[in-house]
Amino acid sequence: MESYANRKYLIIVLVVLISLIYSIRLLSLQVLDLSYKLSADNNATRYVAQYPARGRIYDRRNRLLVYNEAAYDLLVIPNQMNAFDTTELCSIIDFTKEELLVQIQKARKYSYYKPSVIVKQLSAKVYAVLQEKIYKYQGFFVQTRTLRKYPLKTASHILGYLGEVDENIIKNSKYYKIGDYIGINGIEKSYEEELRGVRGVKIYLVDVHNRIKGSYKDGKYDKQAIAGNNLVLSIDEKLQEYGEKLMQNKIGSIVVIEPETGEILALISSPTYNPELLVGRVKSINYSKLVNDSLKPLFNRALMAQYPPGSTFKIVNGLIGLKEKIIKPSSRFRCSFGYRVGNFYQACHHDTAFNLISAIQNSCNAYFSMAFRNILDDKKMKNISESLENWRRDVISLGLGNKLNCDLPNEVNGFIPSAKFYDRRYGRGRWKSLMLVAMGIGQGELLTTPIQMANLAAIIANRGFYYTPHIVKKIEGKDLIDQRFLVKRYTLFDSSQYKVIIEGMDKAVNGGYGSTAVYAALPNIRICGKTGTAENPHGEDHSIFMAFAPKDNPKIAIAVYVENGGYGATWAAPITSLMIEKYLCDTISRKYYENRILEANLLDRGRKEKHN
Amino acid sequence: MVGRKNIINNIDWITIILYVIMVFFGWVNIYAAVYNEEHQSILDFSQRYGKQLIWISASVVLIILIFLIDSKFYSFFSYPIYGVFLILLVAVLIFGKQIHGAKSWIELGPVKLQPSEFTKFATNMALAQFLSAYNISIKKFKNLVIALVIIFVPAFLILLQNDTGSALVYSVFVLVLYREGLSANLLFIALLVAILFVSSLLVNKLYIIVALITLAIIVYYFVTLRKKLFFKTIIILLVSIVIVIGLNYVLKLQLQNYYLLIIALIVAGALFSIYAYRYKLKNSFIVFLILIGSIAFTFSVDYFYNNILVDHQRRRINILLGLETDPLGIGYNVNQSKIAIGSGGFSGKGFLQGTQTKYNFVPEQSTDFIFCTVGEEWGFIGSFGVIVLFSLLLIRLILLAERQRSSYSRIYGYGVVGIIFFHFIINIGMTIGITPVIGIPLPFFSYGGSSLWSFTILLFIFLKLDASRFELLW
Ligand SMILES: [Zn+2]
Repeated sequence: MESYANRKYLIIVLVVLISLIYSIRLLSLQVLDLSYKLSADNNATRYVAQYPARGRIYDRRNRLLVYNEAAYDLLVIPNQMNAFDTTELCSIIDFTKEELLVQIQKARKYSYYKPSVIVKQLSAKVYAVLQEKIYKYQGFFVQTRTLRKYPLKTASHILGYLGEVDENIIKNSKYYKIGDYIGINGIEKSYEEELRGVRGVKIYLVDVHNRIKGSYKDGKYDKQAIAGNNLVLSIDEKLQEYGEKLMQNKIGSIVVIEPETGEILALISSPTYNPELLVGRVKSINYSKLVNDSLKPLFNRALMAQYPPGSTFKIVNGLIGLKEKIIKPSSRFRCSFGYRVGNFYQACHHDTAFNLISAIQNSCNAYFSMAFRNILDDKKMKNISESLENWRRDVISLGLGNKLNCDLPNEVNGFIPSAKFYDRRYGRGRWKSLMLVAMGIGQGELLTTPIQMANLAAIIANRGFYYTPHIVKKIEGKDLIDQRFLVKRYTLFDSSQYKVIIEGMDKAVNGGYGSTAVYAALPNIRICGKTGTAENPHGEDHSIFMAFAPKDNPKIAIAVYVENGGYGATWAAPITSLMIEKYLCDTISRKYYENRILEANLLDRGRKEKHN
Repeated sequence: MVGRKNIINNIDWITIILYVIMVFFGWVNIYAAVYNEEHQSILDFSQRYGKQLIWISASVVLIILIFLIDSKFYSFFSYPIYGVFLILLVAVLIFGKQIHGAKSWIELGPVKLQPSEFTKFATNMALAQFLSAYNISIKKFKNLVIALVIIFVPAFLILLQNDTGSALVYSVFVLVLYREGLSANLLFIALLVAILFVSSLLVNKLYIIVALITLAIIVYYFVTLRKKLFFKTIIILLVSIVIVIGLNYVLKLQLQNYYLLIIALIVAGALFSIYAYRYKLKNSFIVFLILIGSIAFTFSVDYFYNNILVDHQRRRINILLGLETDPLGIGYNVNQSKIAIGSGGFSGKGFLQGTQTKYNFVPEQSTDFIFCTVGEEWGFIGSFGVIVLFSLLLIRLILLAERQRSSYSRIYGYGVVGIIFFHFIINIGMTIGITPVIGIPLPFFSYGGSSLWSFTILLFIFLKLDASRFELLW
């Protein structure tokens, strides 16, 4: 057998060679290169995270809605601490001695060598005092952060708020670390990545007395923080503020959309809250107060509340009737104080025959009950399942029954029942048009949200198409908003069918005595609208109004919901009219009218009820 | 039978003295690394230095046990021991998943053990047993495969535990195979592939290609017999480089530099092939083929990395190469560690006077980065001393291995050398920014029972074999 004993020399050479290389490297690192030891025993580096300024938020006329204010966290590295005057530090940061000791104990438990937060979000004033004395408190240092500020204190539901990241987020993300803030709701959440920017780090040299001596290696290893992008919203802050004022002491919501772009001009959910309540050290107390409030101020009704659409839905059935040739504009149905079939009776208050336009104008229950039954019992269809599915397809093309997928979080679907739904409820083939007749006038199982109804108004205003409603008009530093907001979405109806419906909506407002929505009429602007009343099993009905204006070349589409407001005409119609006037004319001509709304308090009517 | 006294005389006391110095100096640095005013007693067992004292005491017991056991036991039970540790590795994989995510640890009452640490000496024993069997030659392909299987089965299981660093240690057994006759060419190619793989992810392609060409030219110079032809081909290469760069400039092709080099190389290579064929330059031609192969390999690594690996595999490699070691940015750990060591200066800041390792965030300062404390508090004198200690130990062990009469003992000895050498290269290399940050401990220095015990067992089994070298003759 061959011997390879000589190979030991190569291995020995390898050992010596590597030891030599390492020794030379150590010699250069420790003896020759002086930059590593500016002074032999008193330099330590400290890594300070650089938090980027979060993007600011403006309204469509560049009015500032959200900006940042500096706030200061006090941190400690327990290992560097020496005895210090606790009473003095406590008085500066407004702590009791016990509180301070608890925090220090906590920090020690976490790590002796890594910094822990003692107190968060100190004001600039406290910081100024602290900064002068911090040299006395070895191991303590201050880190700058920013807090959201709201100069106008409006649009809380749109803007949302920030919160500290939880363990789950940290686990699932490469970016976030303990103590970071993240958008929890509103556009703070949906545009988190645009707004937050990128965190940086600065490396300082610190002496044993905790004084910063300068930046380490001239900042060669620092990473600049990159500020977040500013956002321009499509909302008109004046309109938003006015809407919030009109809705004070009422429960409900207003959604205003610019039909030709899909931009949301205002989005109000009432009751609202002061956005500054959810910032800084007061947040946790305020948050639990708001969560426990029986009126649910944190709940964004505009996107999340589902109501039966009530009579506003009659125009949908009108459109479908026309499209399926169930009704002609000229054909008349007779209303004799309601709609009666066998034992079934749907009350109404007319004693005359209506064509489609006057039926919309007068919101006749009998007309639309009959029309809806005829749609379901259409002879062209195989059976009622097929005609219901066909009807449902038409309804869904109007943006109802599914999330619109706008750029605010937490939208809900609403509900447009399918044939399967009734198969499950009654058994296959065991349900008839009469059992579903309530949907003819927008009651029954139907559910829609305020933003969907505002979008429906925009569709009618556009005579047949819409852009997905959205609230961000421009992202600074980017040319385009998301592609999905630039797609023109068509419905399954012709513009000729919309024209008939629009005539009815015009008459409903401007048709004079007996029309359902005369309270919405304005002398110089032609508003087209439709009232609605959502039945509420828990109390007084909800008042609904949807409208657009002007009739030709519409500039604004709107839906207004007032919970427990009774008939649509009572509260929702006048609020709509004021909002339209405010947006199109900027001044309110009928002060008495405005005062009646502003002074109304409908909260007590809703106080006993539960909303989900 | 040989008497007890003989055994004691035959023990290699030099190695034992080195061992004692290293363990003691290691403990001193662990004490310094975790020292704080509130826990000053060295017997405070809530602190790491207190615990390390326990591990050290236990090591003494282990050493006595190892010397009491008959030396034939080790070779005789090599395979069973290897088998037991493989089963333990599998058990950890299954078991570990059920206990909160910790995959490589087993809990035995108050003690946490890392079986992967102990598999090192078990694998070493099995490999020695296999290679020392009568009539086994590593030159036979079948034997080589079996040896590689013995090595890589535990490595693979450890890889599954997500402990890539510990798994990499097993690659060092190639050194043992080399000593036992593995073809130097094979070793060279394996080394080339490994270096190319790592460097093509870390270094600019242009540098790699230039380095490869330079290397090939040097090798070519030594293997070619006709020095005249050597200079001719070099001139051809230079001329074609100039022409290609000139064309690129004139025609404004704006090709990247390394593409230009490759084109020039191919042009020159084509001419060279004709020469090689005409003058029967077989060796030179092989050098050229290896060069082309290496360059092709460099580019395929890129493709492999970007298109074939999935995200978490890429991440694993990134972590291994230190490209993704920490959230504060590339090089944070290494930078911290270099500051700590560099600030020690020539003679260090003195015992317990280090600020970097204590105040700052040198990670794992008592385990993987213990060398930082050495460098900071003991300066160049201390860190150079550690290097000297290790090279003395390694050379001593090589000499011991070579004096064995039984091939089992020799092979086992080289395994010990390889494992300690690998840990030494990687661990110290990462703290001074030469090797990637791979979290493996510094033998005899780093805090931790599993690590100290496994190196103690590894080393002292060999010392026992060495002490009984006159009994073991097969
Ligand atoms: Zn009627």
